[in-house]
Amino acid sequence: MKSLRKYIDRIKPNFHEGGKYEKLQSTFEAFEAFLFVPNKTSQIGTHIHDAIDMKRTMAIVVFALLPATLFGIYNIGYQHFVSTSEIYSVDFWQIFWFGFIEFLPLVVVSYVVGLTIEFASAQIKGHKVNEGYLVTGMLIPLIMPIGVPLWMLAVATAFAVILGKEVFGGTGMNIFNPALLARAFIFFSYPSKMSGTNVWIADKPDAFSGATPLSNIALGNINIPDFYDLFFGFIPGSVGETSTFCILIGALILLITGIASFKIMFSVFLGGYCMSLIVNLTNITFYSQIPAFEQLLLGGFAFGAVFMATDPVTGSQTKVGKYIYGFLIGLLAILIRVVNPAYPEGMMFAILIMNLLAPLIDYYVVHANINKRLKRLKI
Amino acid sequence: MSKSKTIKIKKGLNIKLEGEAEKIFIKEDLSERYAVKPSDFKDVFPKLDVKVNDEVLAGTRLFHDKKNPEIVFVSPVSGIVEAINRGERRRIVEIIIKADCEIKYEQFEKIELDAISKTDLAGNLLKAGLWPFIQQKPFNLIANPEDKPKAIFISGFDTSPLAPDYDYILHDEKKFFQKGIDVMSKFVSDKIHLGVNSQFPISKLYTQLKGVEIHEFIGPHPTGNVGIQIHHINPINKDEKVWFVNPQDVVTIGRFAEKGIYDASKIVALCGSEILKPRYYKIINGTSIKNMIKQNITDNKLRFISGNVLTGKKIQPDGYLGFYDSQVTVIPEGDKYKFMGWAAPGFKKYSNSRTFLSSLLPRKKYKLDTNLNGEERAFVLTGQYEKVLPMNIFPVFLLKAILANDIEKMEKLGIYEVCEEDFALCEFVCSSKIEVQSIISKGIDMMIKENS
Repeated sequence: MKSLRKYIDRIKPNFHEGGKYEKLQSTFEAFEAFLFVPNKTSQIGTHIHDAIDMKRTMAIVVFALLPATLFGIYNIGYQHFVSTSEIYSVDFWQIFWFGFIEFLPLVVVSYVVGLTIEFASAQIKGHKVNEGYLVTGMLIPLIMPIGVPLWMLAVATAFAVILGKEVFGGTGMNIFNPALLARAFIFFSYPSKMSGTNVWIADKPDAFSGATPLSNIALGNINIPDFYDLFFGFIPGSVGETSTFCILIGALILLITGIASFKIMFSVFLGGYCMSLIVNLTNITFYSQIPAFEQLLLGGFAFGAVFMATDPVTGSQTKVGKYIYGFLIGLLAILIRVVNPAYPEGMMFAILIMNLLAPLIDYYVVHANINKRLKRLKI
Repeated sequence: MSKSKTIKIKKGLNIKLEGEAEKIFIKEDLSERYAVKPSDFKDVFPKLDVKVNDEVLAGTRLFHDKKNPEIVFVSPVSGIVEAINRGERRRIVEIIIKADCEIKYEQFEKIELDAISKTDLAGNLLKAGLWPFIQQKPFNLIANPEDKPKAIFISGFDTSPLAPDYDYILHDEKKFFQKGIDVMSKFVSDKIHLGVNSQFPISKLYTQLKGVEIHEFIGPHPTGNVGIQIHHINPINKDEKVWFVNPQDVVTIGRFAEKGIYDASKIVALCGSEILKPRYYKIINGTSIKNMIKQNITDNKLRFISGNVLTGKKIQPDGYLGFYDSQVTVIPEGDKYKFMGWAAPGFKKYSNSRTFLSSLLPRKKYKLDTNLNGEERAFVLTGQYEKVLPMNIFPVFLLKAILANDIEKMEKLGIYEVCEEDFALCEFVCSSKIEVQSIISKGIDMMIKENS
C-alpha cells in the first residue's frame, strides 16, 4: 500500500490549482479519499472522533441492499425461464447469470450517469464529492422494472440527481428521495414502461402474461400467489422489491448497525397494516379484499419501508415526528393502492408526499418543545 | 446536608480510553515556568498591569478585564515576568512567569465570614484574583459580582474520558472545601446545589458537608457536566443567571479565606495512552507540563491536551495547564492515511454506532488518535446527537438556528441552557464530522454580543 500512497502523493500536485488537471480536483480527491481515509486531524473541538463516517454509513446501506439485489438478479432469470417454460432445464448458475447480464447495464447506467453529474457539480461548486450517490445509484436500478430502456433510465437518473438533489445543494439538503424521483419521472413520462404487463420479465414470449400480482388484481384477477412465493419473492416486479425475506435481512442489518430508524420502519408497517384492516371492512375496489398481512408483502411496500422511508435526509428528524411520518407513509401507501387502481404502487407516492410533509411534522414537534420552555418561563 | 432522590440519566456515552491515572500521588518539584492565558476566559479583554522583568508575588495582579476592571488575574507563583507572548493582532496569548525557588505570597486579609458583608467579600475575592474561579451559566463566563444568582451549583464529579477522581483529589482538603462552601453560601439565600455520583458510595467528604443540598446522579458522560445537572435540577431561563465553581477551585477559595493568600496549588491527573506512568500530580495552577511528561511519554508523534480529549485545548509539550483544568491528556497524533479505513471490518476501531465489528467484541479500552476518521459533510444521519445529549433540546435544530444567525430561534430552542462542553459528545459521534462545539461557541458569542 505504501507504493500506492507514494504514487498518489507524487501525482497529487497535478490536480491542485494551477496543475495540469485542476479541473479534476474534486474527482481526484474523491478517489483518494476512497482509497485512503485522509490524514486530517482535529484542530479545534474534540481531539478524538468516532470511527464512523459518511462512507462507512453509506457502505453499510449498500451492504444491506445486497441480499435483495442478489435475489433480484436471480429472480430476473427465474421469471424469464418460467415464461419460456425452460425453468426445469436450466441450473442455478444459468438462471443467475442470465439475471446478472440483464441487470448489470442498469447498474452501470445509473452509476455512470449519476456519478458523472455528482463529480461535475462538486467541481463546479468547489465541494467534496458526497457519498450519498453510492446508495442512490444502487436503489435506482432496484426499483425499476427489468424491461426499462436504458436511455430512459439515464434521463430519469439525470433528472433525479440534478433537479432532485444538486439544485438544493447536494446530499443532505434534498427534499425528495432522489431514487424515488427517478422512478416517478419514468412513471409519469413513460407510463407504458413502468406499468402494465410487458416490462417486468426480461425477454418474455408475448403469449405469457407478465403482470405483477398487483396489476393482475387491477384486471379483476384476484389471484394472489401463495405465501411462499410472495414472501420469498418468486413473483414478477421491480428488481429489488419482490423478496420480502431478503428485504427483511437488509432491515436487520440496518437496525443492528443503527443506520436506519426503527421508529420509521416499524411505524410504516404498522400504518400499512392498520389501513389494510380498515379497507378490509369496505368493498371499494378489488384491492380492499386483500388480506391485511399480504398487503405488506405485495409491490414495493416492504422495500419502501426499509430502504426509502428511512432515508434520514428526506424523512422526519425528530423522535415523535418519525413515528407520525412512518405511520402516515404506511397508511397512505395502502390507501392509494386501494382507492386508485391506476396507481397500485402506492408506496412511491406515499413516500414522496410524506417527504414533502416531513418538515411540517418536525415544525410542530419542535414547537411543542419551544412552548414547554416558554411555559416554564411564565411559571 | 439534605438529600433528594437520584436522577437517572440514560443518554450519553462513556468512551473508554487507555491510560487512566493510577491513584498514586507524585509531588512534583516546582516547575520553572508558569503561565496565565487570557484565552482561558471567555469574553475577557486583557489589559496588562505588568511589564516584562517585573517582579511578582503569588497573588500580584498581572492583568485585568478592560470591560470589568475590577476583575483581575493574578500570578500563581512568585518570580519575574519573563515574557508576554502575543498572537494574531497583538492579542495576548500568555504571560509567562519564571518562578522563584520558594513561593512568596502577597498577604491579603483573612476573611471573617460572620462579620463580612457580601460586597466586601466579593471585593476581597476580586482583589486577590480568586473571582475568576466563579463562573456563570449561561455561557460559562466569569460571574458578574453585581449579579444576584438564582442558585450556585457544584458538580462533585467528572465523567469525561480519563477524568480525575475528585473523591481522591479532595481527600485531604475537607476543611478548606467546607470553608469554600461557606464563602460561596454568602452569595445566595438557598443552599448550594452539589451534584454527586451515586454509582459509587458517596464520598464522606460530600456527605459531611454543611450548607449544601446534595443531588444524586447516575449515568454516563456528560452526567458530570454541571450544565447537564443544572438542566435536570433547575433549568436556566432567559434573563436568569446561576453560578458554578469547580470543586478544586472551591478548595482554593476556602484556603484563601482561611489563610489570606492566593495558594493556587491543585492536583491534576496526567493521563492518556501515551503516558508511560499515568499518575496524579500535585502542582500549582498554570504550571508548565514539561517536567511532568519528562521521560514519561512514548516516542510517537503526540498530541498534548490541557483538559480532557473532548473539550481540552491543544498545547505544546512545554505548554501550560489551563486555568480551569484538572487533567493533562496525551494521545497519539493521527496524521496518517488509513488504507480503505472506511471499509475495514474494524476490530480495533471505536464507534458508538454498531457499524464496526468491534461492537461485537467485549473490549475494555481503546487507544484513539486525533484523526477525524473521515471528511466533513452536511448533516445526514438523524438521532445520533440525541443519543448522547441528555437534555430536552433538539440539538440539530439549535445548531441550524445558530448557522442561520437566527437569535430569536436560538433563544426558543434553549441556547441559554447549553455550553460547548455539553455538545462535545455530539461532535465525537458525528458521522458528518461537523465541528459542533465551535458552532455552539459561535452561537454563544452572538448571544453575548446581543445581550451586552
